[in-house]
Amino acid sequence: MKLVLAILAVLLLAIASLFIGVSDVSLPTLLSSAPEDRPMQVLLISRVPRTLALILSGVAMAVAGVIMQMLARNRFVEPSTAGTVESASLGILVVTIFAPGLPLIGKMLVASLFALAGTALFMRILKEIPLRSVLMVPLVGIMLGGVISSGTAFFAYRYDLLQTLGNWTLGDFSGVLRGRYELLWLAAGLTGIAYIAADRFTVAGLGEDFTTNLGLDYRRVLTLGLSIVAMVTAVVVVTVGAIPFLGLIVPNLVAMAMGDNIRRSMPWIAVTGAGFVLACDIVGRIIRFPYEIPIGTVFGVVGSALFLYLLLRRNARLG
Amino acid sequence: MIRAQNVSKAYGEALVVDGVSLELPAHGITSIIGPNGAGKSTFLSMVSRLMPMSAGTVTVDGLDVTRTPSDVLARRLSILRQDNHIAARLTVADLVAFGRFPHSRGRLTVADKEHIDRAIGYLDLTDLAGRFLDELSGGQRQRAFVAMVLCQDTDYVLLDEPLNNLDMKHAMGMMKIMRRAADELGKTVVLVLHDINFASWYSDWIVAMKDGKVRHQGPASQIMRPEILADIYDMDIKVHEIGGRRVSVFYE
Repeated sequence: MKLVLAILAVLLLAIASLFIGVSDVSLPTLLSSAPEDRPMQVLLISRVPRTLALILSGVAMAVAGVIMQMLARNRFVEPSTAGTVESASLGILVVTIFAPGLPLIGKMLVASLFALAGTALFMRILKEIPLRSVLMVPLVGIMLGGVISSGTAFFAYRYDLLQTLGNWTLGDFSGVLRGRYELLWLAAGLTGIAYIAADRFTVAGLGEDFTTNLGLDYRRVLTLGLSIVAMVTAVVVVTVGAIPFLGLIVPNLVAMAMGDNIRRSMPWIAVTGAGFVLACDIVGRIIRFPYEIPIGTVFGVVGSALFLYLLLRRNARLG
Repeated sequence: MIRAQNVSKAYGEALVVDGVSLELPAHGITSIIGPNGAGKSTFLSMVSRLMPMSAGTVTVDGLDVTRTPSDVLARRLSILRQDNHIAARLTVADLVAFGRFPHSRGRLTVADKEHIDRAIGYLDLTDLAGRFLDELSGGQRQRAFVAMVLCQDTDYVLLDEPLNNLDMKHAMGMMKIMRRAADELGKTVVLVLHDINFASWYSDWIVAMKDGKVRHQGPASQIMRPEILADIYDMDIKVHEIGGRRVSVFYE
C-alpha cells in the first residue's frame, strides 16, 4: 500500500519534470496549439524522453547498487566505488579511438565487457586480500577506479577527447532526445531479470558456504550478478553518464527501513532510485534557471553528504 | 550412510586431513572430537562439498558429493560451519525461510511455512522472529542459523561446533533438539564438538581425530576412557560414571 503511494509520488515528480524548462510547455499551450506545433514537439522529442531516461537510469543504477552490495557483501560498494564506472568509460574511449563508427549498441557492449572485467578484477582483489575493515573495501574500489580512470584520462588527453570523456563520467540529462536514450530500456529489462533472480542475490549475500549449502552455484550467481551490473552501468554511462553514489545511497536508505531481503526491498529500491534522480534533476534545472546544473554535480553534492552521514552513523553503531 | 574413502586435504606440504576412511552410520548422533588442528572442520567441509578434496571420495547415500548436482545434495544434506559473519540485514524469519530454498526456489508453499514456523519454535526464537540478525546476541544468532539448517529438513544435518556462543541452558537445549531430531524425525546428525562431556552424554557414536587421522571411533562408552582421551588430547583426563553415563574431568 505504501509502495503505491511512493509510486504516485514518483509519478508526480515525473509530471513536474515534464513541465519544467525554458520552452513554454504547459497544459494550456499544449491544448491551444496543434500537435505539429512547438509545444507538443518539445514535449515529445525532449521532455518525455528526458523524464523516461531519468526514471529508467535511476531504477537501474539503484538496483545495480544493491546487487553489488550483496555480491561483495559490503554496504559501501556500488558501480562507482568498485571500478565499474571507470572501466566502462575506458571501454567507450577505446571504442571511440579505434572504432568510432560503431553504433551505440556496439559501444555499449564493448563498455559492458570492460566494466565486467574491471568489476571482476575488483572482486578478485577482495577474494585475495581479506580486508578486516568494512570501509577498506570501497576504498580499494575507489583506488582501483582511480588507477583505471587516470589511464583513461591519459589516452583521452593524447587523442584530444577529454571533453567527450567528461560527458560519460558526469551524468547529464540535458542532451537526452528521442532516439538517444532508448538503450536505457535494455537496462530496465536487465533490472527485470535481477528481480526474477532476487532470492539468489540475497542468498549470495549470506556468503559462499551458505549459498553452496542451499544448492546454488556461487560462481554462477556471481557471474549473473556482475554481468547485470556491468551491462546496466555501461548502458547508463553511454547514454547519460555516470550518476555517482546513487547505487549506494538508495539501497542503504531502504535497507535501514526494511532490511536486505531483496525480493521485498527491490521494488522500493527501484521506486526510491527513480524518485531521487527525478528530484535531483529538477533541482539542477531550477537552481540557476534558465541554465542547468548537470545531475552528476547535484547528486555528487547531495550524495556525498548522505554518504558521510551513512558512514558516521555506521561507525556510531559499531562503536 | 556417509562413506568417506581415503579422504585427504593438503595445503602445500602440510596434510590437514590424512587419508581418512570412515563410515558414519545413518540415524542417530555422531560427534567428531579432537584437539585443535586435528582436521575435524576441514573433514566436515569436504564431506559437505564446501571445500574440494585433495584426494579421496565421499558418498552420501551412494551419491558422490563432488559429482552430484548441488541442488540435489541440498535436499539431502545440510551444513552449518562455525563463525558465520553475515553482513546482510535479514530478519530471523527471513533467514530461516531461506532454508526452504532448495525445495521451493523462493516460492514458499503452505508446507514450507509450516516448516519455517516449526524450526523457529524448535529453537525458541518465536519472540525474535521479526528481529534483524544484527540486533541479536551471538548465541541468538547461532540459534537462528541452526533453525535455518533444520528448516532445510534434510536427512543429514552437519554442524560444526553448534554450541559456540551458547550459554549452558541453550547448549543443553541445542543438544536436546539434536537428540529429538535424531530420535523423532530419524535424522542423521553429525557434529564437531569441543565439549567432550556433551559428546559423551548425547552421542550414539564418537569419532576421535588427531593429526588429520581418525584415531579412535566407537560408542561413547568406549571412547570416554582415560587412556583413549589421554592419547587424543595429550593430557590427564579422569572419567567418572554418573547416572550410567561417562563424564570427564580435566580441570587440573
